[in-house]
Amino acid sequence: MYTQALNAQEVHGRPVVDPAEEARGARFQARIDAEDRIEPNDWMPEGYRRTLTRQISQHAHSEIVGMLPEGNWITRAPSLKRKAALLAKVQDEAGHGLYLYSAAETLGTSREEMFEQLLSGRAKYSSIFNYPTLTWADIGAIGWLVDGAAIMNQIPLCRCSYGPYARAMIRVCKEESFHQRQGYEIMLTLCRGTPEQKAMAQDALNRWWWPCLMMFGPPDSESQHSDQSAKWKIKRFTNDELRQKFVDATVPQGRYLGLTFPDPELAFDEASGHWRFGTIDWEEFKQVLAGNGPCNRQRMKQRRDAHAAGAWVREAAMAHAQKRARRAAEAAALPEAA
Amino acid sequence: MTTTSITLAETPLLALVLRRADDALILGHRLSEWCGHGPMLEEDIALANIALDCVGQARSLYDYAATLDGRGLTEDDLAYRRDVGQYRNCLLVEQPNGDFAATIVRQVLASAFLDPYWRAMTASADPTLAAIAAKAEKETAYHLRHSAEWLIRLGDGTPESHERTQAALDDLWPYSGELMESDDAEAELVRAGIAVDPAAIRPAFDATVAMVLREATLTAPAAPWRQGGGRVGRHSEHLGFILADLQYLQRAHPGATW
Repeated sequence: MYTQALNAQEVHGRPVVDPAEEARGARFQARIDAEDRIEPNDWMPEGYRRTLTRQISQHAHSEIVGMLPEGNWITRAPSLKRKAALLAKVQDEAGHGLYLYSAAETLGTSREEMFEQLLSGRAKYSSIFNYPTLTWADIGAIGWLVDGAAIMNQIPLCRCSYGPYARAMIRVCKEESFHQRQGYEIMLTLCRGTPEQKAMAQDALNRWWWPCLMMFGPPDSESQHSDQSAKWKIKRFTNDELRQKFVDATVPQGRYLGLTFPDPELAFDEASGHWRFGTIDWEEFKQVLAGNGPCNRQRMKQRRDAHAAGAWVREAAMAHAQKRARRAAEAAALPEAA
Repeated sequence: MTTTSITLAETPLLALVLRRADDALILGHRLSEWCGHGPMLEEDIALANIALDCVGQARSLYDYAATLDGRGLTEDDLAYRRDVGQYRNCLLVEQPNGDFAATIVRQVLASAFLDPYWRAMTASADPTLAAIAAKAEKETAYHLRHSAEWLIRLGDGTPESHERTQAALDDLWPYSGELMESDDAEAELVRAGIAVDPAAIRPAFDATVAMVLREATLTAPAAPWRQGGGRVGRHSEHLGFILADLQYLQRAHPGATW
């Protein structure tokens, strides 16, 4: 579903002393500047590899953890059409997770290792999935707002300098756009429905709006990554630029629904052509990132439980594959012995 | 307070369509409960895929059932407004997911019947059923292949997986016979060339199951007793909870559009 703007702290661009290394670094940057795509077997600076591995795996983890809040409504979807669409959407997210883990594996870290980082709590996933889905309208709000925010982040990633990530994002973005329209259509149906349904939609917007603005990550004044990531053409817009684009695109959509945004300061600024919004509660964001959101523990427990409950299945699959390979080898050896 | 529940006047054809539709919906619902909790990412995708096929088959069948009923009901009325006693699915499909072994055993038993059943139904004299069958048999072929491959891996995997799978087989085996039961009303449709006699599928079912169990090193239980009753609305305790989940929003907001 979505990649969180980078939050983990890391030092990039350590001074390079070896002249050969320096020359390679310069050639690498020249390729980036020429909009060339970097491929898995190409030389790349360790910092580039680390940054991308972290970002892609964090994105993959977000897809996988993101299955949980929406999965919460699959069995209760209010019509067969909605049930099928939601199931297909959550399945798409599993698919996105799979491509993204595969893209990250091309950088030299295995899916098992990345899974281990998620389950041990060392790797992050998008903070948005630590909020609960309390009503059916939350499924609409997630599609409309969370996927909408994700698309803002992800469209520029289709031009990311790392080839496997950029290519994965093209397909992911197509599916996300579809999810976003589907979510908006759920909201539209609710807003045109009974007063109870409209109230459900308003309540969902009230709860999801601010956390969605936090999805773009800390304000530019506090973000430590953007410079190097921009130079490497991993990130092409700053957190605040993307957040503003999202607000500008989303506010008219919400007004068309007849809903009120939970921000008394939200106002259109004629001079700049942008919607100006109130102050984000960054303390809440920090708390959710630190593991203190409403559902952090529950989400991680569900992931760990699923992984632990599946251990015997994965072992059985491996054991069976080994048995088959051994039997095939024995069968092949027989005629020679005869 | 008025009830939102409906009851249908079940002609033999409508009863048949509801049996098949309810089997598909309830099995799809059970499989959808796995989404996000599977033993590996690939399996999350595969189980969701099978669930989607089942829900899709259910929708086509409910749509046809609503047409046969003739009162202007929709697929959602049939899924969301019938109580437990009106559901016509077999007991096998409503059994809980249990561990992955139980889900796979349930799927193999269901698919070993449904796959040859739908293939035979492609020759139905009822053009709507023949068309639904033509789509379904492609899907059920995949469901059977996928679940049978897993049954073999689990049965012939580790001692733990073998034990879990044999236990699941012992638990679920008594529910398999109901798949091949029919009644006088269905017999009438069989004579008219509209339906296939479920009992006629027995040899194909037995052959598939025997082959898969042999490769999986599992033993078919010798249980002479058999569970049934779903076709006339006598269900296990589980279905009530499934419908409480499935129907909750439609029941809480009667008449609303979603």
